[in-house]
Amino acid sequence: MTERKPPEKPQLMDTISTKSTAARQGKDASLGRDVQVKIGQQLRAYYDGLIEPTPDRFVDLLQKLDKSTGGKGPAE
Amino acid sequence: MSGIDPALRDTMLAAVPSLRAFGISLCGNVDRADDLVQETLLRALANIQSFQPGTNMSAWLFTILRNLFRSEYRKRRREVEDPDGSYAETLKSQPEQTSRVEFEEFRVALNKLPDDQREALILVGASGFSYEEAAEICGCAVGTIKSRVNRARTRLSGLLSIDTADDFGPDITTRSVLAGNDRP
Repeated sequence: MTERKPPEKPQLMDTISTKSTAARQGKDASLGRDVQVKIGQQLRAYYDGLIEPTPDRFVDLLQKLDKSTGGKGPAE
Repeated sequence: MSGIDPALRDTMLAAVPSLRAFGISLCGNVDRADDLVQETLLRALANIQSFQPGTNMSAWLFTILRNLFRSEYRKRRREVEDPDGSYAETLKSQPEQTSRVEFEEFRVALNKLPDDQREALILVGASGFSYEEAAEICGCAVGTIKSRVNRARTRLSGLLSIDTADDFGPDITTRSVLAGNDRP
């Protein structure tokens, strides 16, 4: 009974260390390049879908402020 | 308040479309994002002297918007499940029908990410910032940004069922065709 264990232990250790290495590698590589590319594409498509020309309110806002503050030509 | 250099003003305006997209991604609501952008521009103008010419105006504005969102908007956000997709309808340029399915699916998945992961992923993956710039915008270490981006990608791949290369095959368009959207 106790004789079995010694030979098993190193084997187990071997397996564990191999597995943990593989698992570690697997974790790092869990997202393959393909998956990353696909997510990247979808993310950009999503973001691009949100891009619109600058709304007038912001153009107006900056122009109004420009007139009320610096429009007179502050440094001259 | 000092006057606005027209060149500076133009740089700010040029940054608005992406800034706004970032705001929409963060708060999930176009109107609120517009308020956020407006407040960002006002703060930027009020502090324009602290902007260093030659540095990245876009990153500076993103930082302001991100901090505003964090401090104020975050608390009262998320009445945004929007099952009807009326969200996308508030955008003037609507995605086409097929890509719209993908847009909605992605938006829903993105909204399931924690704020810090979502902002990191968007800054790096969509807004075009480097990891270093994203770290500055978020006020954290570069390594933190990297791990947030990684976690965000992993989570998204699960949510969107992009687990293996095989899952690529039928993309959303094809799937909707397979589901019977093709006309005789």
